[in-house]
Amino acid sequence: MPETLHFNDLTLPCPEGLTLASLLASQQVEAAQVATAVNGAFVPRTQREATVLQPGDTVLTFQAIVGG
Amino acid sequence: MTASNWAPYGVELKSRFLLGTAGYPSPQVLAESIAASGTQVVTVGLKRTLAAGGDNGFITIIRQALRERGARLLPNTAGCRTAREAITLAHMARELYDTPWIKLEVVGDEHTLQPDPWGTVEAAAQLIKDGFAVFPYCTDDLVTCQRLLDAGCQMLMPWGAPIGSGQGLINPFALRTLRARLPGVPLVVDAGIGAPSHAAQAMELGFDAVLLNSAVSQAVDPVRMARAFGLAVEAGRAAFEAGVMAPQDMAVASTPVSGHPFLID
Repeated sequence: MPETLHFNDLTLPCPEGLTLASLLASQQVEAAQVATAVNGAFVPRTQREATVLQPGDTVLTFQAIVGG
Repeated sequence: MTASNWAPYGVELKSRFLLGTAGYPSPQVLAESIAASGTQVVTVGLKRTLAAGGDNGFITIIRQALRERGARLLPNTAGCRTAREAITLAHMARELYDTPWIKLEVVGDEHTLQPDPWGTVEAAAQLIKDGFAVFPYCTDDLVTCQRLLDAGCQMLMPWGAPIGSGQGLINPFALRTLRARLPGVPLVVDAGIGAPSHAAQAMELGFDAVLLNSAVSQAVDPVRMARAFGLAVEAGRAAFEAGVMAPQDMAVASTPVSGHPFLID
């Protein structure tokens, strides 16, 4: 069974060397339109390329919405 | 004569009315409400993405309205239950909205959405260290407010009543106490305001501004209500600066008379 990670509500394969930036690109996420967290920790836009994901990681993206 | 300006974190603002952007019937009504309110600060949020990124139509029109008005965004940490969650969300908000301003919310009770004082103080202290300008949503408890100031907050946003309740100022005594004990600290009544008279009351107490959302977005006519609140806030501030008379227990005749005006026994 291939090793996987959690991306928002999806379970996806986690090939060796997969970066946060490449994961977002593969999921057609507009990189400038979201903020990202890996395992509950904020990952700035500038560090996505250098952030290598591991099997079992949980990656969440957040977007702008209305609010009070 | 117009009311004076105020300056949260050194940013001078004419409008003392901060407006939330949630729950409007359409982006167009939201844009018109922002314009009618005269606000210079609108609040926004963040949510988890369930599909590809992008906004929901409202954010685009908010950004457009702000560009036209030269107004500012105040992102919030709504939905956070711990300091850690709020700190993480604040960092995301700073990146997404490109502002160090953050309305810090750490909720401690699901039914009242009452702020958690310990979590709020903990998060505020860290966020101040991280370079944020923290607008803490808090209760009207004086000591909690003092601890938030100790943590480095330069202003406070105590509730008038629970979020979305529209009950107005349920504890004017506590709010008067805050104003009296914290002179010079910008104070904003945030949450619980339902009618323009509530906003005017807060301003007459000497609060520097009010922040509300549902009272406008849930009105039958949000645009007209936004205008009504803008007028009430301005009137309340002008009244505070003019000096509201002290209430008296007994009648005090307003018409000057010499003795009895009528001589018929």
